[in-house]
Amino acid sequence: MAITYIESRIRGERLSKTLVTTPPFLFLLLFFLIPSLIMVVASFRYPGEFGGLASFFPVPGEEETGLTLENYGYFFGDFIYAQIFLKSFGVAALTTLICLVMAYPVALLIARSPKKSRDLMVLLCVLPFASNFLVRVYAWMIILGPFDLLFSRFAVIIGMVYVHLPFMILPLYTNLEKHDPVLLDAAQDLGANAWHRFWKITFPMSLPGIFSGAALVFIPVLGMFAIPEILGGKDDWLVGNMIKESFLGTRDWPFGAMLSMILTLCVLAIAGFMTVLTRRGTRHA
Amino acid sequence: MALLEVKGVSRRFDDFTAVNHVDFSVTTGEFFTLLGPSGCGKTTLLRMIAGFDQPDSGSILLDGIDLKDTPPEKRPIHTVFQSYALFPHMTVEQNIAFPLRMARQPEEEIRKKIRETLDLVALRDRAKRYPHELSGGQKQRVALARGLVNRPRLLLLDEPLGALDAKLREQMQIELIALQRDIGVTFVFVTHAQEEALALSHRIAVMNHGRIEQLDEPDRIYGSPKNRFVADFIGNVNMHDATVEALDDTLTLALGKLGPIKAPRHKNQEVQIGMSGAFIIRPEQVSIRAADEPSPDPNQFVGTVNDFLYTGDVTTYIVDLPDGERLEALLPNSAPGRAKFFELGDPVRVSWKAEAGAFLDT
Ligand SMILES: Nc1ncnc2c1ncn2[C@@H]1O[C@H](COP(=O)(O)OP(=O)(O)OP(=O)(O)O)[C@@H](O)[C@H]1O
Ligand SMILES: [Mg+2]
Repeated sequence: MAITYIESRIRGERLSKTLVTTPPFLFLLLFFLIPSLIMVVASFRYPGEFGGLASFFPVPGEEETGLTLENYGYFFGDFIYAQIFLKSFGVAALTTLICLVMAYPVALLIARSPKKSRDLMVLLCVLPFASNFLVRVYAWMIILGPFDLLFSRFAVIIGMVYVHLPFMILPLYTNLEKHDPVLLDAAQDLGANAWHRFWKITFPMSLPGIFSGAALVFIPVLGMFAIPEILGGKDDWLVGNMIKESFLGTRDWPFGAMLSMILTLCVLAIAGFMTVLTRRGTRHA
Repeated sequence: MALLEVKGVSRRFDDFTAVNHVDFSVTTGEFFTLLGPSGCGKTTLLRMIAGFDQPDSGSILLDGIDLKDTPPEKRPIHTVFQSYALFPHMTVEQNIAFPLRMARQPEEEIRKKIRETLDLVALRDRAKRYPHELSGGQKQRVALARGLVNRPRLLLLDEPLGALDAKLREQMQIELIALQRDIGVTFVFVTHAQEEALALSHRIAVMNHGRIEQLDEPDRIYGSPKNRFVADFIGNVNMHDATVEALDDTLTLALGKLGPIKAPRHKNQEVQIGMSGAFIIRPEQVSIRAADEPSPDPNQFVGTVNDFLYTGDVTTYIVDLPDGERLEALLPNSAPGRAKFFELGDPVRVSWKAEAGAFLDT
């Protein structure tokens, strides 16, 4: 009797778990996994004559049907593509670093403010999201125009940092806010001055926040095309611009698909590396 | 010469006085305890000694030198916090090494001292663990080790045993006494647990509302409390309103509607006939026997057992006196198999010697 009750409870729990998890699972399957697979396949196909893809099945008189490694051949055949990738990684890394340096004091200030004012300060940090992304980027054209700084790598970095700064502040703040202030008292009591208190206690304990903030800035910056297009010059193109151009400009879908495959693989590799780093840095938490 | 001198120290928060004109000094090698109820200003006082807070008036001296302008990191004083405050991202070893690294000691010296200190607190096998992998008692020992490793002049301990369960607490008390004796570091220990204070300390300052009510050795604090607060706060006590009826070498007190009793007269005690105050006596000083058994004691009353509390080693009887007041008497359960001597409602005779108890006028 008791056993059947427990069994039915377990079964009921399983059923409700299934009910709750099925819709998001189906959504991801439908709108993430399947399109990704389509992209993987597309990157191994020939382009259609007027955009799109060439036929997968043999067509009489057509040579370019079925699967090919040609797209990847283009990429590895010309150093210019790798160069754009490297440049994009450089821009992303620099943006991440600048965001980190700028966000850390802000996050620290918010985390050490009285509880009452913290929410307001966080709200102020995310307030820019209330206006349209493109409007904000165009605003920088107006700001930078008179100084003759527009259409340069510098303008691109400014735009990137400006747009992504909140994504660094928020995870950092969330981490710093959890630090127990008594630890700083203890460190000071044991002989640590302000410099050591920061570098020996606050900073190492905030590493998980730094890593998640870095991921939230670095990855979107890699794929960003709007900012380089609006604020950058012709040679400030990044991977994102190349991909966009392949799909919408030259209408060489397989080439664009191949570029985004390589970008995805790079991001996955970096994410994996960061996970290992974070694990090592936060074994204690 | 005194190691630490606290002279007329006061600390106010807005119009609330947390520490009120506190004076005491601690000598080298002493185990000094600040004991008092929650909110009486113990932590505030400790924070001022550590340097995290400044007194509004008065001064704190270490080795005769005013500490006013010395920041916490420069004071040769370490604190063991109630929450331990171990650094979660450092191993046990790194935690203990922290004060040594801050003092820029040579790496070789650091390794040697860590090894010694780990042995001292029996944590050698936990050296590479992180704090979250330790039990409460182990964390406690790491905090202690970290505070002691570079031999501060003074170690402040703010209710360091507060978070431990009773058994572990007792064990840590024993370890703490041994440790303090072996390494000779001066301790200023804060607690609101009176048994702990009595068991550990060389001297105790009993605090209430930011003031020191009495500063004495444990047996004096327990045996000769200066006022009602101390008597009541330390251990169990029977307290009865009393008026001085006659005085010579001893006092004769009127206990309300009860007959007169004899009480000892302490030297230096200013008493006059007609003075009113309280008579106090500890439960273990009160003998209890069946009402029909005679007692040789000069002070005795017959009452009835209202309740009793069996606590293993002793039974505490609560006796209703003829005037309606209650008196607690303690009886050791030394006779095997006899947990109960008296039943509820039994008539009993309570009595005590002329030299037991005390008259307090404050
Ligand atoms: N920063 C502060 N601002 C205002 N009031 C304070 C502050 N710090 C302490 N107090 C008050 O001072 C009084 C003494 O506090 P303290 O922490 O010293 O008590 P305590 O004796 O350590 O008590 P406990 O045993 O509960 O730790 C309390 O009433 C507290 O509310
Ligand atoms: Mg306290």
